[in-house]
Amino acid sequence: MDWLDPLLLARWQFGLTTLYHFLFVPLTLGMALTVAIFQTAWFRTGSLKWLHLTRFFGKIFLINFAMGVVTGIVQEFQFGMNWSAYSRFVGDIFGAPLAFEGLMAFFFEATFIGLWIFGWDKLPKGLHLATIWIATIGAWFSAYFILAANAFMQNPVGYQMAEDGSRAEMTDFLAVLTNPVALAALPHTLFAAFMMTAGVVISISAWHLLRGQNVEMMRTSLRYGLWGMIVAFAGVALSGDQLGLVMVSTQPMKMAAAEALFDSACGYDASFSLFSIGTPDGTGEVWSLRIPYLLALLSTHSLDGCVEGINDLNALYTTEMFPQFADQVDGNFAPVLWITYWSFRWMIGLGGIAALTAVVGLWLTRKKATRPVPAWAWKLAIWAWPASLGAILIGWIFTEMGRQPWIVFSLMLTQDGVSPSVPGWNVLISLVAFTGIYAALAVVEVGLILKTAQKGPDALPGPDDPPPAEVALEDTPTTVY
Amino acid sequence: MDLAYLWFFIVGFLFVGYFVLDGFDFGVGMSLPFLGKDDISRRQIINTIGPVWDLNETWVIVAGACLFAAFPHWYATLFSGFYLALLLILLALILRGVSFEYRHQRDSERWKRGFDTMIVVGSAIPALLWGVAVANIVQGVPIDENMEFTGSLLTLLNPYGLLGGLTTLLLFFTHGVYFVALKTDGQVRQDARVLARRSGIATVVVAAVFLVWTVLLAFGEERPLAWLVVIMSVVAAVLLIASVGANLRDREGWAFGLGAFTIVAAVLGVWFALFPFVMPSTTDPAYSLTIENASSTDYTLTIMSWAALVFLPLVLVYQAWTYWIFRKRVSRTRIERAAAIAH
Repeated sequence: MDWLDPLLLARWQFGLTTLYHFLFVPLTLGMALTVAIFQTAWFRTGSLKWLHLTRFFGKIFLINFAMGVVTGIVQEFQFGMNWSAYSRFVGDIFGAPLAFEGLMAFFFEATFIGLWIFGWDKLPKGLHLATIWIATIGAWFSAYFILAANAFMQNPVGYQMAEDGSRAEMTDFLAVLTNPVALAALPHTLFAAFMMTAGVVISISAWHLLRGQNVEMMRTSLRYGLWGMIVAFAGVALSGDQLGLVMVSTQPMKMAAAEALFDSACGYDASFSLFSIGTPDGTGEVWSLRIPYLLALLSTHSLDGCVEGINDLNALYTTEMFPQFADQVDGNFAPVLWITYWSFRWMIGLGGIAALTAVVGLWLTRKKATRPVPAWAWKLAIWAWPASLGAILIGWIFTEMGRQPWIVFSLMLTQDGVSPSVPGWNVLISLVAFTGIYAALAVVEVGLILKTAQKGPDALPGPDDPPPAEVALEDTPTTVY
Repeated sequence: MDLAYLWFFIVGFLFVGYFVLDGFDFGVGMSLPFLGKDDISRRQIINTIGPVWDLNETWVIVAGACLFAAFPHWYATLFSGFYLALLLILLALILRGVSFEYRHQRDSERWKRGFDTMIVVGSAIPALLWGVAVANIVQGVPIDENMEFTGSLLTLLNPYGLLGGLTTLLLFFTHGVYFVALKTDGQVRQDARVLARRSGIATVVVAAVFLVWTVLLAFGEERPLAWLVVIMSVVAAVLLIASVGANLRDREGWAFGLGAFTIVAAVLGVWFALFPFVMPSTTDPAYSLTIENASSTDYTLTIMSWAALVFLPLVLVYQAWTYWIFRKRVSRTRIERAAAIAH
């Protein structure tokens, strides 16, 4: 293996920095909404409980947000730095949603978050509440434009090839923005982000409730998290089903790879394996646990639908559709199967576990419950956070690894997108630097989030305390660096 | 293709915005060792940019995205070519950004001083390297027939490039110190005025040499807008001297405003010197990237133009409003009160 292979290093760097960035993105998307909802409740009821919850989850949101911003710059620069050939090829199309994201969404988000953080004592209550809602909506629009850009890589639409074949040129921006992949991926991503946020809220609340502290507030946030998780899981499942249908029609190879289905199958034979043990070389299977019809149902919404297999697709791609690329990939247009197969299952499995936690939690904390919640249940609930985060990260691994060997499906191979002018040792330096700094920051970040989460919200006044004065916010510095 | 010329200036506008806004953030960060004599004053200094550094930094993201969308080849050649320089900028921006957020999270002297150092280094590196990058773009770098950069990091460290870096470093430093003087009270404010007097003079000298060199370069390379470079250089010089004068008279608002417009004029001058190229090649002029051969299609630029036309004014309005909301000075007593509440 060539340790200075720029392609390999650039791919590792992109995967690493993107996943790392995405540790922070979903929590931003979902926690902004959560904080906005809590603050709205405070605005409407005036109850101190909601104010403290807003502040508390706001702190966690902010520690997380700074990392999201600074790691996001790396993402944008990286297309040009490491993938210049790709950038030249798709810039006419791919750049526009990124520019729109900046002009229409990210500017809003960054500006209004600053206003929200530092504006507690400077803005009227209603206006201050509006800033967090604007920031939330800005964040969602950001997600939409980024997903529209990504959707072009999965399913290029609204373009034609330049006369000299050197690049793809945009012919229909509306088609780019309404790419069916983007429209399905947007709710899937937002609901998943909300699942993860609900996971965070559940974990933190359960941690406090296990210790019997901040019980009144943490019960409220727990109920919010549990219901949020259920609703979000329903959204994730429905939109995921939709995304699967789109995937089958636009990238059938990805679905075949998700099931490691070598030969096309219909109806009963188009089964979904919950688990399988493959031969060491990965070309066949030794044993598997299968549900008949399920793959046909997932892929076509019909019990006797047919699903194309890897071998048949390879034959089609090599001879008819993409013969010009066949030599470069040795006639194999399939992604790395063990990654797609297992990531597809772990994504669904971890998401399911997180949702199950919420169902159990709602049952145990129901109003008519006669027994107190046992300690093991609280401890179990704390895992809602890692489970939902794992599901969302692995989902992206599936989506992007499943796109391989293409960088833009049907138009450009990943190996052709890398920067020709950047030597391998430069990429090695940056890979090592990013890995080192990101690892160090992760340690600090996790420490700070845990510390803040465990400290809990400001305590509510007890029954014997004097009644609280009207919360004086005027010129009280609530947030300073 | 005419829209590409418009976008050359829109991209220029976005970078001007970035340099003016994040420029003083860098200066504020770099001023910490000079002005921050105790923790309260350091917090005072950092809080002058607390609510706005993030939106200021957003300008580079938008500038980068618009560069990508409007001039894919410029973006690709520049970002892959200046790889290690941009890597250093990215790492610096990461460390600086998280430091603002992290430093106050723990009440430990070592913890805070560690993040203070990262703020200083994370501000100085981009302040220097953006100047190096821009100067090298104007001067030209080795680019082959496939629009690929053929130099290395050392190629960028030539006299004109380094002078460009030193100019932005000093310009941003003084600009940031003006901002500290404008936004604080007490000892920090006094110290900032005095510091700006010294750094202002050094800035004038270095910037003058850089502007003269840029004018000579524009004429030497027979760039068509060389005469506009002269005008903008003179304007920049006058504004800079005026800002130094305003500071001498303790007119903080004027000093800062004139300093901001110095950066506008200087970057505009550099942009005129570049025109009609976007990345001239020193290998062979025929290999140069120009506004025409590096741009996106008319269709894409038309859509982008509408977006910019509608949203840029809106962005300017709400960002100006943000600055208005946070117009008050960061007083020492406010930080002391916040510190007391936290305990």
